[in-house]
Amino acid sequence: MLREGENGYRIPAGCAISAIINKRGERFSGEGIIASIKVMHERSNGLGGGFAAYGIYPEYKEHYAFHVFYEGDEARSRTEEFINQNYEVESCGKIPTRKVRSISGAPQIWRYFVRPKQYRMAAMEFTEDEYTARTVTHINSNFAGAYVFSSGKNMGAFKAVGYPEDVGEFYMLDEYKGFSWTAHGRFPTNTPGWWGGAHPFTLLDWSIVHNGEISSYDANRRYVEMFGYKCSLMTDTEVITYLFDLLVRKHNLPMETAAHVLAAPTWDVIESMDKDMRDYFTTLRTVYSGALVNGPFSIILGSSDGLLALNDRLKLRSLMGATAGDMVYFASEEAAIREICEPERVWSIGGGEPVIVKVEGGME
Amino acid sequence: MEYNLELVMPRYKIVRDKERCINCGACARQCANEAHVIYDDGTVHSIDENCVNCQRCVCLCPAHALHITKYPLEFCENANWTSEAIQEVYTQAKTGGVLLSGMGNPKPYPIYWDKMLLNASQVTNPSIDPLREPMETVTILGRKPDCVKMKNGAITSKLPPQIKLSMPIMFSAMSFGSISLNAQKSLAMAAKKMGTLFNTGEGGLHRDFYPYADCAVVQVASGRFGVHKQYLEAARMIEIKIGQGAKPGIGGHLPGGKVNEEVSATRMIPAGADAISPAPHHDIYSIEDLRQLIYSLKEVTEYKKPVAVKIAAVHNSAAIASGIARAGADVIVMDGYRGGTGAAPTRIRDNVGIPIELALAAVDSRLREEGIRHNVSLVVAGSIRNSADIVKAIALGADAVYIASSALMALGCHMCRTCNTGKCNWGIATQRPDLVKRLNPEVMHLRAANLLNAWNHEIKEILGGMGINAIESLRGNRLMLRGIGLTQKELDILGIKHAGE
Repeated sequence: MLREGENGYRIPAGCAISAIINKRGERFSGEGIIASIKVMHERSNGLGGGFAAYGIYPEYKEHYAFHVFYEGDEARSRTEEFINQNYEVESCGKIPTRKVRSISGAPQIWRYFVRPKQYRMAAMEFTEDEYTARTVTHINSNFAGAYVFSSGKNMGAFKAVGYPEDVGEFYMLDEYKGFSWTAHGRFPTNTPGWWGGAHPFTLLDWSIVHNGEISSYDANRRYVEMFGYKCSLMTDTEVITYLFDLLVRKHNLPMETAAHVLAAPTWDVIESMDKDMRDYFTTLRTVYSGALVNGPFSIILGSSDGLLALNDRLKLRSLMGATAGDMVYFASEEAAIREICEPERVWSIGGGEPVIVKVEGGME
Repeated sequence: MEYNLELVMPRYKIVRDKERCINCGACARQCANEAHVIYDDGTVHSIDENCVNCQRCVCLCPAHALHITKYPLEFCENANWTSEAIQEVYTQAKTGGVLLSGMGNPKPYPIYWDKMLLNASQVTNPSIDPLREPMETVTILGRKPDCVKMKNGAITSKLPPQIKLSMPIMFSAMSFGSISLNAQKSLAMAAKKMGTLFNTGEGGLHRDFYPYADCAVVQVASGRFGVHKQYLEAARMIEIKIGQGAKPGIGGHLPGGKVNEEVSATRMIPAGADAISPAPHHDIYSIEDLRQLIYSLKEVTEYKKPVAVKIAAVHNSAAIASGIARAGADVIVMDGYRGGTGAAPTRIRDNVGIPIELALAAVDSRLREEGIRHNVSLVVAGSIRNSADIVKAIALGADAVYIASSALMALGCHMCRTCNTGKCNWGIATQRPDLVKRLNPEVMHLRAANLLNAWNHEIKEILGGMGINAIESLRGNRLMLRGIGLTQKELDILGIKHAGE
């Protein structure tokens, strides 16, 4: 079986995406997001589905929550040894699942709530996030049969090979409560059948769901790899996550500016702007030309701060937004929003126009 | 009389259709090589040994009575001692001198552009119609910082000087001296019209060309000809020329015969004196010296002009380019072994240097491994023949290309490769006033502009097919390339997969 990323193997895919957030940080169960993504069943083909949820582990909110797939006991014991060397493990165990008829071939799925060992982190002079990002990358690239698919604090990704509504059922997401949820249903043009290849893709606090196939992939990949990232899955989602991580976490740019880099206005639009905006966009396009993302994409980027929804600058993929009270909704199709709420306002998100939803105070 | 024996046979045979020829004598008047003569009886005849196959007479014969063929010279068949090899021995046995040639390396080495194929969108992402959607080929050259700094929503970083080109194509260095004033003026006018740059070469900027200085790259080469403060300040970009693809490691020599009053004034040397460019810059013997020259030029122009450094593509280009980037250059220019020249020793031209495709791939990869590719711009030259070559160059990692041979073809050049003789019948590579005036810049600059326009259109068409609408998304996007008929080693160096993979 050829996995994504192996030998530079790249699998194009079409998709459905959906997201719900409560702007006041109030938590709600995963039933709504499952119902929303289920409406777009036809946009997936049963070869990948997944969710990301924020605010689900308030009792461990200072701990990194590692969600890990293992293909066997040996991979698990090697990885656990490594985790124990580098982290204080507060709690660990299998992630609870239900039996679902359509989902089979599950790997071992484990969860660890951990904190970096201070003396090891101090010796390397890394921040907590950098230390964690590097150890996760180390596990994923060096321990065969182990794959960390979620590593943020008070958040988690849940994914599998299957239709997304079945994946939600499998992971019992109706029993979790979060203030922000994203979902993804996948239509890959190939059959990798690997659980790690399902979406969302995550890195620390970031999670991303994406529909599209970017044509700038290798230009973006080779750009971020200059800054120490390693694209091992060869997916659009992976490289877009790294671009946001670079721009927001490492270069300290506001989220909106990062979106302006990825989906920059065209030069003729920039020329028609007033001087300040013209200079702003000209500088961004000059310095960050390698981070311009080209070709069709619609993405929803999650973090503990909230959600960002962004379409490519030509608007080559559908993406709708809606509001109802304190709730904000995004989905590939309007029907997926109307299924779960009576929206006050529904609109089609403009090409290259980022929509940012910030959560008050971060969490409940 | 043995001494006068001529062993070198003509290279070309001029075929005159006597039924068509009206003995008008146009061919004789046009040929500076004196390959046509008018006899006393008014009939016109040809002298094969003087013909260089520049096609001027063929194009201008009103009766279409002329064509040129290879001289039907059949040495005994020998795959090793070709007729060219034999003739070169005869020539050197006669003259005792170094063989000289014009234009680029004509030998049948592999052309890697022709061994790479491009991708296009099908189903999973849409192609883009450049007639309906914006399609951007704007290219910005200059040094870039790693990131921008922001405060209260505004950008506080101040960028080094940048050059915004309307397309990723510039005219490469050709000095006034090696080419005529009218040829250089045609390129300057075309560059200005199309929003790109031309390059003065090492011959200085003629006083009449200062109105075009804002689209001029001015060279500082080992001879320092024509370099003064105003020259540097007027330019859009300054280029330090270390090497040239046609003759890596070799200097230049403009014979005194070509140094007329105008060339003399522009180069700031006595008329009639040979203009010798030394092989090395005598103030650059290592990378730290280059850094000093780069910063001297930046100081004198108050850090308002990007400084480029041009090198020939040689075996260790990757390490050299990395050094140049770290020495503070804003733009790195690399010239491949097929790059043209006004005159070069034939053996050097045909045997020294490496293909630009391989050098480009190696340099781009090295700069990325070192995490500094985004800090500098990379421009390549050395036989870019069409828009597909440009697209492939950018996908391998270039920001932009320089073109020269094709630009001269737009002005009428027929690639006869005898630029070194100074008798260019097309008025390009000559300083003879009667030949120079044949090239009218007001008319010919439009052809050079047309060429840029046509190629830019084709680039947009190819980009659209790939589902890309901005040229920067192609830069270094090697997944858009596939090799055809290449070995694994070649694929590894180019950093691409084979077709079908």
